[in-house]
Amino acid sequence: MLAYIVRRLLYAIPILIGVNLLTFYLFFVVNSPDDMARMHLGMKRVTPEAIEKWKASHGYDKPLLLNSEAEALNKVTDTIFFEKSLKLFVFDFGYSDDGRDISFDIGQRMMPSLAIAIPSLLIGLMLNITFALLMAFFRGTYIDISGVILCVVLMSISAMFYIIGGQYLLAKLFRLVPISGFDSGLDALKFLILPVVIGVVSGIGAGSRWYRTFFLEEAGKDYVRTARAKGLSESLVLFRHILRNALIPIVTGVVALLPLLFMGSLLLESFFAIPGLGSYTIDAINNQDFAIVRVMVFLGSVLYIIGLILVDITYTVVDPRVRLT
Amino acid sequence: MMPVVLWTDALIFLLTAVVVIFVVYARSKPHLRMPWYRVFKGRIAAASVVVLLAFILVGLLDSLHFRLPLENNGNSEETHYSVEVLSTLDVLLGPIRTQVEKTYSAPFATHLFARETIELEDGTQVHDYPRLQFGGSHLTASGEDRGRDILLRSLLAIGETLLAGGILLFLTAALLGRRTGRRSREMLRAIVARNTVLPWRTILVTIASLLLLIFLTVNLASVYHVLGTDKVGQDVFYQTLKSIRTGLVIGTLTTLIMLPFAIFMGIIAGYAHGWIDDVVQYIYTTLNSIPGVLLIAASILMLQVYIANHPELFETTVERADIRLLFLCIILGITSWTGLCRMLRGESLKLRETEYIQAAVSFGVAHSKIITRHILPNVMHVVLITVVLDFSGLVLAEAVLSYVGVGVDPTMNSWGNMINSARLEMAREPVVWWSLFSAFLFMFVLVLAANLFSDAVRDAFDPRTRVR
Repeated sequence: MLAYIVRRLLYAIPILIGVNLLTFYLFFVVNSPDDMARMHLGMKRVTPEAIEKWKASHGYDKPLLLNSEAEALNKVTDTIFFEKSLKLFVFDFGYSDDGRDISFDIGQRMMPSLAIAIPSLLIGLMLNITFALLMAFFRGTYIDISGVILCVVLMSISAMFYIIGGQYLLAKLFRLVPISGFDSGLDALKFLILPVVIGVVSGIGAGSRWYRTFFLEEAGKDYVRTARAKGLSESLVLFRHILRNALIPIVTGVVALLPLLFMGSLLLESFFAIPGLGSYTIDAINNQDFAIVRVMVFLGSVLYIIGLILVDITYTVVDPRVRLT
Repeated sequence: MMPVVLWTDALIFLLTAVVVIFVVYARSKPHLRMPWYRVFKGRIAAASVVVLLAFILVGLLDSLHFRLPLENNGNSEETHYSVEVLSTLDVLLGPIRTQVEKTYSAPFATHLFARETIELEDGTQVHDYPRLQFGGSHLTASGEDRGRDILLRSLLAIGETLLAGGILLFLTAALLGRRTGRRSREMLRAIVARNTVLPWRTILVTIASLLLLIFLTVNLASVYHVLGTDKVGQDVFYQTLKSIRTGLVIGTLTTLIMLPFAIFMGIIAGYAHGWIDDVVQYIYTTLNSIPGVLLIAASILMLQVYIANHPELFETTVERADIRLLFLCIILGITSWTGLCRMLRGESLKLRETEYIQAAVSFGVAHSKIITRHILPNVMHVVLITVVLDFSGLVLAEAVLSYVGVGVDPTMNSWGNMINSARLEMAREPVVWWSLFSAFLFMFVLVLAANLFSDAVRDAFDPRTRVR
């Protein structure tokens, strides 16, 4: 087990290097730092001096890969690739293009993101499983069919419609909750209700329908037939046998998502003005702050790989048939 | 008139040609025809196909682009062309495109949404809602006869629909009757009683409802702004129709651009084993691990910088927007081909252990031949299901990406841009809801039809769900 995890962690290194090279190529080779500087300073009538000054103040004034002017080891370390890309590996994120400490910002913004993501995930999970179980229990009847059609209708609605509609209906018309904003401590609660509700509702269609297929797949297996042949009641079969086995793919699917919860939700956070990592990313994209985007790309892939490893570990925990070697 | 072939136009027509050729080919092969029969037998699927075809028709009409010649003043020999790129749809819609009001106006309104100071004929000034320049301009000055006018025009549309629908019904019956060797009278009865192999009644009812919508718009949209106007007074209905093409392009081209690549990589990885498998797996795990939105954002930002630095490459704004659309498709494709690739790898991994492929190997059939003759046809259902399933997700993704600011060009008509520019108007009092409403409505209908259709396709083609 331990050996397996170590091997998986080692396998993550080439992937992260690949991600790093790709972002490095996108951000520094396709467009040179000069282009970036020009973009930031306004496109027209930018003097070369201003560009040089901007590059120097943001640390983009070094050679890309190899510094032939420096000595010995500095040949490699005094370059943009080392400063901006390799340092990500030790989680040294540096400063954003407008001079803020990225690590500090991320630490600050993690909690609001989680405050939305975790409740939405838990409530959504429970609701989805409940609805899927109901549909599976009534499989083949009109309840099941209309449930599936309802799910398809729900998942055909744009997430933005849920957000805008929810904001309009619950916050503006009925004045139940504030439209947007955030506060520290317990005061944040009233700001969190609406985003969490919308996050749950917008995921119900796709989620329940997906989980329903898991339940139906298990319901067609031989051990279920055996259980029924023994004379067990349908609800006992459903909860004791089908639910437990169908939970394996559900739980592993959720575990894969867990690390990515840190990244926050782009749409919810920006619509509700919540200072989380999702809105941080959107702001960075809108302000064309390449330093932050680069860090978020790296962070996202680290979290994704952690998710993959967690999935493998969970498999051995929830499904004793699986052994990792 | 100078035809303009944009990149996406070319790809769309290529795609249409491929689909047409496939349909003609599949009709002659029973094993290809059968699953499709199964798809169209379902009433929901048949209805959604009709709706999808209507969307596709609008999209195709909107993909024939050209530039009109400018008025020649006689002082030069060569004709100059307008920088404005038009499409056949623009020509068909005629006045809707050009009848621009001052600012917001509600659907079917005769007056502007906002009060203004108007100067009356006698020189006095009043603060009131000014009359629209085009919307309902054929009515009396006060616009009191609006309700009657709308009713009359709608009744006319219903009459036209009944007429056209009736003709269509008889034509279908006659054609079907001729093919099956039955009298058209008999066939007509069979259609109405739903006694046909394909659900013709459902198909005809769907077509009739679409016809009703078309006749309604023909009668009403020429004199009213049926879905209101936006901030700069453009007709919202026109914008939504134009957005259809953008949605379709994103939904189809994205998967198709990366399709050959994904198929090749997936099959090779599964079939070859060894280091090739490792490399392919490495590539898709790496790409997968980058959060999709961020990769798209990074690439689009880079494209923006590139376009800003090379303005001379693009003659018109439409061409520039088109390149960005194509690029967006490619980037979305890069982030989404990995799923298909992984599935194909697994599938061909399974297939290579099957007996008929083992037999082919022992007979000394070349690997390339085994892949093209034996593996490829047996994984095509996976490909088809993925393409159809991805479509609706991509249409929805476009809206989100445009909101984030890394979607299609801001000058391009798209549902995402419509939502993005209208969402702040929900805070107004009274609410400006029509832009958002129409964008969401059209998007919802398209995505719903695509979802229902893809469910039917999956049920018909996926061997695992077939018998149950």
